Amino acid sequence: MSISSARLVDLYRQMLRIRRLQERIESEYHLDEMKTPVHLCIGQEAVAVGVCAALRSDDYIMSNHRGHGHYLAKGGDLPSLVAELFCRSTGCSQGRGGSMHLVDTRVGHLGSSSIVGGGIPLGTGLGLACRMQGLDRVSAIFFGDGAADEGVLYESLNLAMLKKLPVIYVLENNQYSVCSPVGARHSGGSVFHGVEPDRLLSAKVDGNQVEEVLAAAERAVARARAGEGPSFIECLTYRMRGHAGAGSDAHLGYRPEGEIACWEQRDPVTGLAERLLTAGHLDHAALAAMDQAIAEELDQAFIFAKASPLPGAEELGLHLFSE
Amino acid sequence: MPWTKIKAEVNEPDYGHAGEGEGRRLDYAAAIHEALDQALSLDPRVFVMGQGVDDPAGMFGSTRDLHLKHGRERVFDTPLAETALTGVAAGAAMGGLRPVYFHNRPDFLFLAMDQLVNHAAKWSYMFAGAVKVPLVLWACIGRGWGSAAQHSQALQGLFFHVPGLKLVMPSTAFDAKGLLMAAIAEDNPVLIIEHRMNFRQKGLVPERAYTVPLGKGALRRAGTDVTIVGVSQMATEAYLAAEELAGLGIQAEVLDPRSLRPLDEDLILSSLAKTGRLVVADSAWKTGGVSAEIAALAAEKGLDLLKAPVRRVCCPDLPTPAGYTLEQAYYPGAAQIVATVRELLRP
Repeated sequence: MSISSARLVDLYRQMLRIRRLQERIESEYHLDEMKTPVHLCIGQEAVAVGVCAALRSDDYIMSNHRGHGHYLAKGGDLPSLVAELFCRSTGCSQGRGGSMHLVDTRVGHLGSSSIVGGGIPLGTGLGLACRMQGLDRVSAIFFGDGAADEGVLYESLNLAMLKKLPVIYVLENNQYSVCSPVGARHSGGSVFHGVEPDRLLSAKVDGNQVEEVLAAAERAVARARAGEGPSFIECLTYRMRGHAGAGSDAHLGYRPEGEIACWEQRDPVTGLAERLLTAGHLDHAALAAMDQAIAEELDQAFIFAKASPLPGAEELGLHLFSE
Repeated sequence: MPWTKIKAEVNEPDYGHAGEGEGRRLDYAAAIHEALDQALSLDPRVFVMGQGVDDPAGMFGSTRDLHLKHGRERVFDTPLAETALTGVAAGAAMGGLRPVYFHNRPDFLFLAMDQLVNHAAKWSYMFAGAVKVPLVLWACIGRGWGSAAQHSQALQGLFFHVPGLKLVMPSTAFDAKGLLMAAIAEDNPVLIIEHRMNFRQKGLVPERAYTVPLGKGALRRAGTDVTIVGVSQMATEAYLAAEELAGLGIQAEVLDPRSLRPLDEDLILSSLAKTGRLVVADSAWKTGGVSAEIAALAAEKGLDLLKAPVRRVCCPDLPTPAGYTLEQAYYPGAAQIVATVRELLRP
């Protein structure tokens, strides 16, 4: 499958936009105006963008605590996200969710859980709802290698395989759960790669190559829409920053010497820029213009967020129940 | 000893409740069955899932053969995976359906806690009402036949603690049907905790589809000397106790809250204004539970109404023993309520 140059440029723009938002958060985080524990997805942009590029607007995603990229890639509203980071009334969750609980129902983003693995059965249930309502929508679930430790993944996949649900399980293997390396927690590769393909289509892709992620996601989406059942896509990637908060955590010493530098050579965003330049799909001037446009959009979003009101005490009790 | 021998099949006490004057006499399971059947017929978004809902036992008869009428797509057995399946049900609810997820026993809900408490109950609040979760979970407290410590737990106190979760505990066939239909129509997660002993009772149930509003308790018997709040099957025990007390010249008022969250506080407080005395009877442990919360309600909002300390009749703070002699010592009933009231009223 080949991707048109225009599409590849658009994927790049989306990845760059996610990257620049993370960097903007990092640059302002020390000001302590964003009073919410941010989990940055720098280094993992290709997973969110590659998967969501295979989805329609009315398809569902289920996100997690490291979800800024998923939200933007699915088409979530940027100013509402930034306002949520500032816990404003104009935030997507009106200041109740913070960084870990983003939502934009207009684009099929029905929320994100910060309980590791918590979104996996919910996204499976969304797939069940699509099936039972006779819709050709699919549900894509993003979760990390930490969530792949949880038994709920087995339980959910078992049901999805049993009922051939239109669900795409996207394992973002970023190598670490907080400071614990995946090798200390898993006995080897995921057992789900060993399932017969007619029960579960599994793929292991370079999660830092958006073309590879997209290709795998498109196969999974086609299978799901055809009623042929779930897929499991493991995207090998790398968490370039610490578990939570801003900046590098290399000083903590839990990562092997040179590991970060090694993955920097495989950066999904700069790597794609180089490929686009080499192929002649973009030139340096176009790249700079794209970056400038994103910077201005981010400026506007941050201005909007900071100018927005904070929820007052009188709003505390609202929305416990849906009225 | 099989369930059928533990408690004879009996008619519910005649509460003289306005809504129960009409209808046929149905057993408790048939009332639930009729609610499900009607909800499945009236609303294509409704579906029923759970371990064994389509088996010959059919959840004590509550779900029996519903899959034959409404199809296996809408009434289906599940893997034994309470954690994920609770999340699957919640996710399906977010996606526009109205799942009713049956559990044989509340004991198994411990496995569902993460999805129920961390997710379903919080989703509306966390996302400022952007996504609703019209989910019904149903479980039935076991008792007798040596059910023992892991098949008889009355866990309403744990779930009562959780904001964002509505909690319903019927005691009559009329309410079992009406509250289930109300729960299915509700846009928020509702946990219905039934009691196995209620399933031995028959009551008057109208054939039509109707709802009993959540948050509205029922006056089962009017009285002037003491208010007895009976939760779930203890509402029946409280009524039986009140009948016995009447023979001793004590007029007890019996209240059945029917739903615990929301709790009909007005009903309890207005009764206290009349009687000045409160006994709370719950089928669960005493410490930190439903009886404690209702006692706290009296202390916080009704202290000047009280003529005597609040008393509670609950199970001891112990796991349930299997052996029948120990079981007999474990469970309180009408006799303990009578003794407690008499002690309370002793001059």
